[in-house]
Amino acid sequence: MLRMTLGFKIRASAHIIRLFLFALAVLASAHRGAAQDTPLISGGVGFFNSTNAGNTSYIPIFEPLLAAPLGQHVLVESRAALLEFVSPKGGNQSGYDHSHFIGLTYLQGDYVASRHFTIVAGDYLIPFNTYLERLSPIWIGNFQDGPIIANLNFSSSGSGLGGMIRGNAMQRSKYSIDYNYYYSARSANEQFSASRGSGGRTSLYLPEQRLEVGLSYYRLLQGTHENFYGTHVWWEPKDTAFRLRSEFARGQHAEGYWVEADYRTKAFRGLESAIGRIEPVFRMQQTFRLDTIASDGLPSVNTQRADFGLDYNLPHNTRIITSYARQFSASGNRNVWETGIVYRFLSPAWKGKHP
Amino acid sequence: MNSRHFLYVSLVLAAVSALALAAQQSSTPATQPTKHSAALKQAAQPQDEGERIFQQNCARCHNAPEGFSPRISGTIVRHMRVRASLSQHDEEQLLRFFNP
Repeated sequence: MLRMTLGFKIRASAHIIRLFLFALAVLASAHRGAAQDTPLISGGVGFFNSTNAGNTSYIPIFEPLLAAPLGQHVLVESRAALLEFVSPKGGNQSGYDHSHFIGLTYLQGDYVASRHFTIVAGDYLIPFNTYLERLSPIWIGNFQDGPIIANLNFSSSGSGLGGMIRGNAMQRSKYSIDYNYYYSARSANEQFSASRGSGGRTSLYLPEQRLEVGLSYYRLLQGTHENFYGTHVWWEPKDTAFRLRSEFARGQHAEGYWVEADYRTKAFRGLESAIGRIEPVFRMQQTFRLDTIASDGLPSVNTQRADFGLDYNLPHNTRIITSYARQFSASGNRNVWETGIVYRFLSPAWKGKHP
Repeated sequence: MNSRHFLYVSLVLAAVSALALAAQQSSTPATQPTKHSAALKQAAQPQDEGERIFQQNCARCHNAPEGFSPRISGTIVRHMRVRASLSQHDEEQLLRFFNP
């Protein structure tokens, strides 16, 4: 199911209103003087339709993102998800069932301490591999659904509550290396639930080859302590709009991978032509159960899935996302049809003069 | 078609597509960009350091927005510095690219 399978924190709560009021207060108190540092409001609004094994659902969704610089070194940023889940009633009944969810995805403060060192504090997305942190916003992802291994969630919410250090460790003309290390406390708070654990990720990027390779590690420090390992490989050949992304993750009881490729052609008057806006997407993924203990979020049996997508990038930051997937597992094979449209917005938090 | 055959076919199709597409290196001239709107379109060839950094780091994850107010360019760059672990040099060049 959309987003709930992606490790998002989607919980109905009135507290979220207060938290957003707090975020707006931060926006209002942000530094107004710097001409280029006006707080921004961004995000996506979309409407998704999904038919999974014959069960259809409709999901209008709104994902706002706020970012407000404070002074020269601090950035406060937050993202939330608001959605309505609508599905036809079963049992030959007419009408629809619906439920709504509102929840913070993250709320963090960033302090850029030095050229190689940034301190992050608050409720942050766990940077294990790449999907959750980089590709999970609805205006970025090529598919409605995240990869299955995104559910290998050592933290049920997909986020940590605590601190993180991150930055660019080394940069040369031929390569650059970045890193992060984080520690999360245990929290049962409705909006800031998290597991106690720590981990880190390091990535090597080769700009000439447009190749990125990274390693991730996480250790759960509550209950039965478990280790999680991950690796990712991204490649975008130079001067093409072809992207290849992949991840592998291994937990104590299961492992899996996904490989995704997307492409836009420049051969017909560039990417902004009617044909250049077409974006075929393909994703292959498999998960494997290592033992009978299903304490993680991966399927209880080995699963294979192939997603065939066709996205269309309309003008004005609007995107149509469609896909068909066939999933195979011992618990039953199924078809998944998905269509949706997403509009991405990005603007200053308030009107003002241009610099 | 059983699942194994389906997966084989899928992988072969994907591999063929990837090779064909990668081989189809663009020979079409890119459109000339202008700042803050068309400048961010991915069709452009790198003209300066900032644009190269934009294409290598920002466009790696997401399509470029069609345009935005210059008043939020500093906020965007700071957000990207944290999210993409940009170096200070990259941050400065990116800001210069957004605000020539």
